[in-house]
Amino acid sequence: MKLPVYLDNNATTKVDPRALDAMIPFFTEDFGNAASRNHPFGWKAEEAVDHAREQIATLIGANEKEIIFTSGATESNNLALKGVFEMYAEKGRHIITAVTEHKAILDTSKHLEKQGAEITYLHPAENGLLTLAQVKEAIRPDTILVTLMFGNNEIGVLQPIREIGAVCKKHGVLFHSDATQAVGKIPLDVIDDNIDLMSFTAHKMYGPKGIGALYVRRKNPRVKVTAQMDGGGHERGMRSGTLNVPGIVGFGKAAELARLEMQSDTERIIKMRDRLENSLLMLEESYLNGSKEHRLPHTTNISFKYVEGEGLMMAIKDIAVSSGSACTSASLEPSYVLKSLGLDDELAHSSLRFGLSRYTTDEEIDFTIKCVTDAVNRLRDMSPLWEMFKEGIDLKSVQWTEH
Amino acid sequence: MAYSEKIIDHYSNPRNVGTLDKDSPNVGTGLVGAPECGDVMRLQIQVNPETGVIEDARFKTFGCGSAIASSSLATEWLKGKSVDQALTIDNMDIVEELALPPVKIHCSVLAEDAIRAAINDYRVKQCLEPIAEEKWHH
Repeated sequence: MKLPVYLDNNATTKVDPRALDAMIPFFTEDFGNAASRNHPFGWKAEEAVDHAREQIATLIGANEKEIIFTSGATESNNLALKGVFEMYAEKGRHIITAVTEHKAILDTSKHLEKQGAEITYLHPAENGLLTLAQVKEAIRPDTILVTLMFGNNEIGVLQPIREIGAVCKKHGVLFHSDATQAVGKIPLDVIDDNIDLMSFTAHKMYGPKGIGALYVRRKNPRVKVTAQMDGGGHERGMRSGTLNVPGIVGFGKAAELARLEMQSDTERIIKMRDRLENSLLMLEESYLNGSKEHRLPHTTNISFKYVEGEGLMMAIKDIAVSSGSACTSASLEPSYVLKSLGLDDELAHSSLRFGLSRYTTDEEIDFTIKCVTDAVNRLRDMSPLWEMFKEGIDLKSVQWTEH
Repeated sequence: MAYSEKIIDHYSNPRNVGTLDKDSPNVGTGLVGAPECGDVMRLQIQVNPETGVIEDARFKTFGCGSAIASSSLATEWLKGKSVDQALTIDNMDIVEELALPPVKIHCSVLAEDAIRAAINDYRVKQCLEPIAEEKWHH
């Protein structure tokens, strides 16, 4: 077993060697520009792009003409929100989203507010879930777009996308979903799930970084977005720029592999995830963050009370995970997603996010369970808070000296 | 963030973790910091009332590696010192010894606060005046 163990697959995944193999010829041999119409170099590149577009469209139940290639999910989210706002501004200026969205949605929303958009930010329940009633109540006559993520990057919670999509359809409001964490991990279908626009990216599903896509529906309704990148009119005029052919080929292959292997991968991953989760939840005063039931198969997020997040991260340096603690960065603010679920700063700081992949092994899970358990026990043994808790002292009643 | 070897050593093998009897007249306890700030240190000294020498020092810390290392080092330094000598421990000595990065200087300040609080707790138990904030060296 190689150390450190990589369990940060919600941040990015290893490229599947089969996807990499598919890409390589497009760097040095078939290096043509997919927009070159006059010679075989261009034709070969275009053919490869067309094939990949089909592989990707098939994975999500779309038509290949509905796939707009971008540099990644952040760009897709920007294009979806800004593009819809500009295209449909005459219809209205109201957009609905949620406080637990990724920064690529929240910061784009803030940008649009400065441009005159009105944004409603829905607040999920303690388990991270939004309700249909919340969405229904928020829709107004001037609402043009609802944007809600499929699966949350920090806690893995899956929103009732299909039902929300149906509500939007009924009200004639476009529905965009940031499905970055969900595509390739769980079965989804843009038609059945009533999605009009959807952002996703290759590098979260064993493809390369720097290539993503925006699904833009062409029928019932026909959706248009105003381009945010002007130039040669690539991607049906919605996103100019020379296509990243090797990236697209790798993305396509990764999508095909995801479609073929999702079920068997998921069965294995869920077993490992549940074993990890159940073992860590055996520790006293450890808490699962977000809904247990409505969740991505590869994610678990757990808080360990009376253990400080940064100290914990230092103790488990042989495991690569993310923490809700932002102590090591410039800001001292813990995860806004966890805080929006009602966690206090302390619990948000002491959370760990584990993201498994198709490459995760049972041995790595065993190691992780032992490493985290030992670290939590060791740090609690030297934590005055743990001692006070064990003595039955209510920590809220203590007069702390803030500094 | 890269930590110095000394921080990692104190973090991995902390010295003098533990609890002294806080009700003993010879034990001074300092509890500083706040859970929501991410650091709580509890530092205890056991003083020989005859000699005024600190015979034992213990800590428990909830915090990052630098906070744990700062308090571990503080207990090492306190042992064998007289209470008066202990008053001269300066947070910058801790910064220097552990090579704390600038964002972690507050951990050394907290350790100094903990020493001060423990000494004052002891002094009050001995019916002595606590040392006022402004009289503390800086």
